[in-house]
Amino acid sequence: MNPRPGDWLRVLPAGVIELRPGKVELGQGVLTALAQVAAEELDVSPARVRMMPAVTGLSPDEGYTSGSLSVQYSGAALRLVCAEVRGRFVAAAAARLGVPEDKLTVADGQIQAPNGRASSYWELAGAGLLDQPATGDYQPKPASAYRVVGTSLPRLDLPDKLTGRPRYTHDLSPDGLCYGRVVRPPSRGATLARLDPAAALALPGVVTVVRDGSFLGVVAEREEVALRAAGRLRADASWERRPTLPDPAGLPAFLRSAAAETAVLAERGGPPAPGQVATSIEATYHRPYLAHASMGPSSATALVSDQGTPRLRVWSHTQGVYPLRAELAHAVGLAEDDVTVTHVAGAGCYGHNGADDVALDAALLAMAVPGRPVQVTWSRADELGWAPFGPAALVHVAAELDSTGNVLFWRHQIWGNGHSTRPGSNPSVALLAAGHRAGGRDIEPAAEPPMSRGGGAGRNSVPGYDFPAYQVVNHRLLDMPLRTSALRSLGAFLNVFAAESFMDELAAAAGRDPVEYRLACLADPRARAVVEAAARRSGWGSWPRAESAGHGIGFARYKNASAYCAVVAEVAAVSEIRVRRLTIAVDAGLIINPDGAANQVEGGAIQATSWALKERVRFDRYGVTSDSWETYPILRFTEVPAVDVELLPGGGNPALGIGEAAQGPTAAAIGNAVYDALGVRVRTLPLTGENVLAAMPD
Amino acid sequence: MDDERAAPATAVLVNGQRREVRTERDTALLYVLRNHLGLKGTRFGCGLGLCGACLVLVDGLATYSCDTPLWAVQGKEITTVEGLGTADQPHPVTRALIARQGAQCGYCLPGVIIAAVGLLGRNADPSDEEVRVALDGNLCRCGAHNRIVRAVLDAAAELRAAPEATA
Repeated sequence: MNPRPGDWLRVLPAGVIELRPGKVELGQGVLTALAQVAAEELDVSPARVRMMPAVTGLSPDEGYTSGSLSVQYSGAALRLVCAEVRGRFVAAAAARLGVPEDKLTVADGQIQAPNGRASSYWELAGAGLLDQPATGDYQPKPASAYRVVGTSLPRLDLPDKLTGRPRYTHDLSPDGLCYGRVVRPPSRGATLARLDPAAALALPGVVTVVRDGSFLGVVAEREEVALRAAGRLRADASWERRPTLPDPAGLPAFLRSAAAETAVLAERGGPPAPGQVATSIEATYHRPYLAHASMGPSSATALVSDQGTPRLRVWSHTQGVYPLRAELAHAVGLAEDDVTVTHVAGAGCYGHNGADDVALDAALLAMAVPGRPVQVTWSRADELGWAPFGPAALVHVAAELDSTGNVLFWRHQIWGNGHSTRPGSNPSVALLAAGHRAGGRDIEPAAEPPMSRGGGAGRNSVPGYDFPAYQVVNHRLLDMPLRTSALRSLGAFLNVFAAESFMDELAAAAGRDPVEYRLACLADPRARAVVEAAARRSGWGSWPRAESAGHGIGFARYKNASAYCAVVAEVAAVSEIRVRRLTIAVDAGLIINPDGAANQVEGGAIQATSWALKERVRFDRYGVTSDSWETYPILRFTEVPAVDVELLPGGGNPALGIGEAAQGPTAAAIGNAVYDALGVRVRTLPLTGENVLAAMPD
Repeated sequence: MDDERAAPATAVLVNGQRREVRTERDTALLYVLRNHLGLKGTRFGCGLGLCGACLVLVDGLATYSCDTPLWAVQGKEITTVEGLGTADQPHPVTRALIARQGAQCGYCLPGVIIAAVGLLGRNADPSDEEVRVALDGNLCRCGAHNRIVRAVLDAAAELRAAPEATA
């Protein structure tokens, strides 16, 4: 795999540890957390650790930065690597100083012997100690010895980002940079019939116009010229449009009736004997397509060499430099070795957005101007209209209950598209422009990863409660009218919203308290602890009854295997739903950086509140119509709830991913609070006035 | 950029310095700042004045640079986030944001800082609600809102205690 410690880090004589993990900064603070892990095992000050960007050919191939797995897996690998690095330096110092290893101590990279003699990492840096394959013979520290891990080290990258230093992909300005823009088709499935590029080409500062099938772009010396020229091309192009999308008003019916591949994802026991069943209850829940809606539209810079064998260099905010390299090489017909992808931070990334797509846009335009770097930044309309979406879906839950309302059998069914069309997932090139080029193929419908890896549509569809029997079925759509891919928490958002709303429906039917009802079928002590903590901290059950105010709870263990999270929401439901407060309890085992972890949970909960209250991708039969902040509104400062996060003690448990844990429980808690406030069960997201009204009994 | 020589020259006053740029007079101020002057802290978010990532101060007033043409800022004083402080000597608002770790990706923050500085210029003692209203034109997708609001309140308190702290 990654056999040499030198692949992960370098020790520089100047007293710096250069760390090059394969994971990338998405705005989540992961590089700070990984720097802490390294500083801890190496016994150096975190200030000495310099985090290097992931680059193909240099960095270890850690695949994608996704799924809340970085601290869990990359952190664990880094811990072993750094323990071995420390061990090798101590051994070398022991030999040099003539002192047994166990008599040496390390403090901030200084290796000290009791007789006063000393060496250091920096002094031994040139000795090639990190070039030998790893042995795995070195034990990391016990958690009880941690001094850096578990502290809230401030983010390393924020001072630059907050004072305007160039730190983002969009800010690159290499010599000779020119600016590219792509003119997307006016609708899905539209083809470029006629184009007169003369007027665009005549604009002073336009370098070239690129047309390849229905892929159309322009390169200009200045960004303002590229924008004008793209506008000119748009006006001078004729497209053949055709309707390819389902009727938006009939989206749930489309999801239910489209061709699908049906699979049983999980099963325990069988249906109970008819005599045991006192009642049966069922309900159907729906989520719309959701957009990533990052604040910075996707951007990439590409350079094709103008001498010798063509080589392509790309700077990208991709989640995976190696998978993107492979996809780009395939797309442009180069060997992977002739393509280099360097990670540069983008705006906040919550999954598979347009980052990889724009890298191909930039590469295709750069091929037309060898020797000139080309920077392409998407428009807001392209970002909201063309990046992959989190899939729309339906979930139907049915339960058979005994006479006290306890679940005897639970059936969870999902209809929707899969959640990954990332590079590498598809037989064709899974990048937007590839399908628009002459002879290009559409990206094939997203597949369903196995449940052992957390699933996609099936994520968190397996009950987290101790039900005696259940069955989980997924109907993966074989038609993908809008491209769907990974968005923070994947299927867990709807599955948890559905299951936790349904738990409340069952509790209400049995006349039982929602918290008591959950605890009655929850044996896992860590699960019980977060539910109890959120209930206690929010003052569950002790609120004075107030007009139009309500409280609700939602709980899940992310992926049934990662962080435990319980959320209590307080809402006010007057002319619209407002979330006043979210009280959240999380158990993620060992926490590397408590404030960073709390920040992730707060942010995730606020984003989930935005999804739950406001967000829906709008479309007509031709294309996406929600392509601005006016048509795709997100939660604003005046609408954001207070968020109170309690991180439960790690209890000696290993670190679990935390970044996505709050998404589903937050939505469920809000839905349950709306029911508490209004007595109306809203099963269609978002919880807008319109959907609340539609859910009211006639 | 050969074509640039053909474009008209315009003088702009940015962060206390008079700079000359060559571009068409209807070019958005955003591109003048980012590309002609290399001030990358002002960010493109939507191009329509709907998200606040591109905010700059024009004569002290928070203004969307993405839909402000160059001709409209002639003779006016423009302040970008780079003009408010550096990583070593940050503006009190920026310092408070770092202290509160009031960011995740950080992309929207320069616009937020500009809006906050604009607010504190006209209201030295805003309430939580007034800060939220002032920042309502700034979108943040990572969910750092509450930390940002607390940081702005911290900075306001600091500036009231020591008004000369303004960089």
